[in-house]
Amino acid sequence: MSPIPGIIASQITGHLSTNSFESIQTVTVGSGGQSSISFSSIPSTYKHLQFRMSLKGTVASAALLVQYSGDTASNYNDHYLEANGSTVVAGYDATAAMIIYGTMAPTAATNVFSGGVLDVLDYTNSNKYKTSRTLSGYDANGSGTIDFDSGLWRSTSSISSALFYPTSGNFAQYSQISLYGIKG
Amino acid sequence: MAAGATYTPIATSSPSGLTSVTFSSIPSTYTDLILVFSGALSANDGISLRLNSTYTNNNSITSLAGNGTSAASGRGTNIYSIYLYDYVSPGTTVSNIQAHVMNYSNTTTYKTILIRDNSTNSYTEASVGLWRDTSAVNQLIFYTGGATFSAGSTVTLYGIAAA
Repeated sequence: MSPIPGIIASQITGHLSTNSFESIQTVTVGSGGQSSISFSSIPSTYKHLQFRMSLKGTVASAALLVQYSGDTASNYNDHYLEANGSTVVAGYDATAAMIIYGTMAPTAATNVFSGGVLDVLDYTNSNKYKTSRTLSGYDANGSGTIDFDSGLWRSTSSISSALFYPTSGNFAQYSQISLYGIKG
Repeated sequence: MAAGATYTPIATSSPSGLTSVTFSSIPSTYTDLILVFSGALSANDGISLRLNSTYTNNNSITSLAGNGTSAASGRGTNIYSIYLYDYVSPGTTVSNIQAHVMNYSNTTTYKTILIRDNSTNSYTEASVGLWRDTSAVNQLIFYTGGATFSAGSTVTLYGIAAA
């Protein structure tokens, strides 16, 4: 398919800010890699959180894990739907010590980083457990996966910190996770 | 922790009767771009995305789709554009697309694009695309294979800046 000249749209509107989606903090991995990425003292002044991720591992295969508020006990669950270009797999992890959120780009995929968007809903509400959802994946021109995940942290505590780490190896240089707050 | 408002509308278009929308001179001041489409086409056709003004068949995509009966996964390799609809053609059904172009202005990595698209009476799909070029992205071309966008169709580009 060839693009047919249509419309140049980049100057149609001004730069309007909604003021309800705020950037809070970004962590970018430096040379030598990093075993984990943590966000501490997350403000409680938002309704929802969003983590936006560009990640690469230092090994052939690694998934992304997360724990909230320093809880290392078996208080997490997740469900996933993953596809690799030919096969679709669905599954779950029950009573786990962390939530698994998709597969990171492998070290052999030069210049390829996985993308991910993680939404954590109503993260300060003390009346319910904390639910989350992700869309993530990487493509390396012949390999890769696309993932839907849902996660549950079975705690009524507010989420004040988040610790991300790979199932094996480290985060490679230039991996990045940014935290945003969404007002309610 | 510093906090600043973001998720900023950069440009929007109502391309009724046209076959493409080009967002050019995209500022490099954001971290991610989000392209949102809501609308329909004049006939069954696909919608694709190209980044910047030059392109080769270096690109690829992996998708997961469900049609109400079954789920399937597909892959395209060495392709010229990223298929935003690559499962079935949306035709005249009102459909939607949200495409995240991650870390679009960096010059170190290829560009990963996360896509969610739905044809409201036939399927839902998620895809991940790879634009195999380390150049910063300053232009997006959103286009059909020849069908025109129906009245009421909108395409909006947002920027998200990391702290």
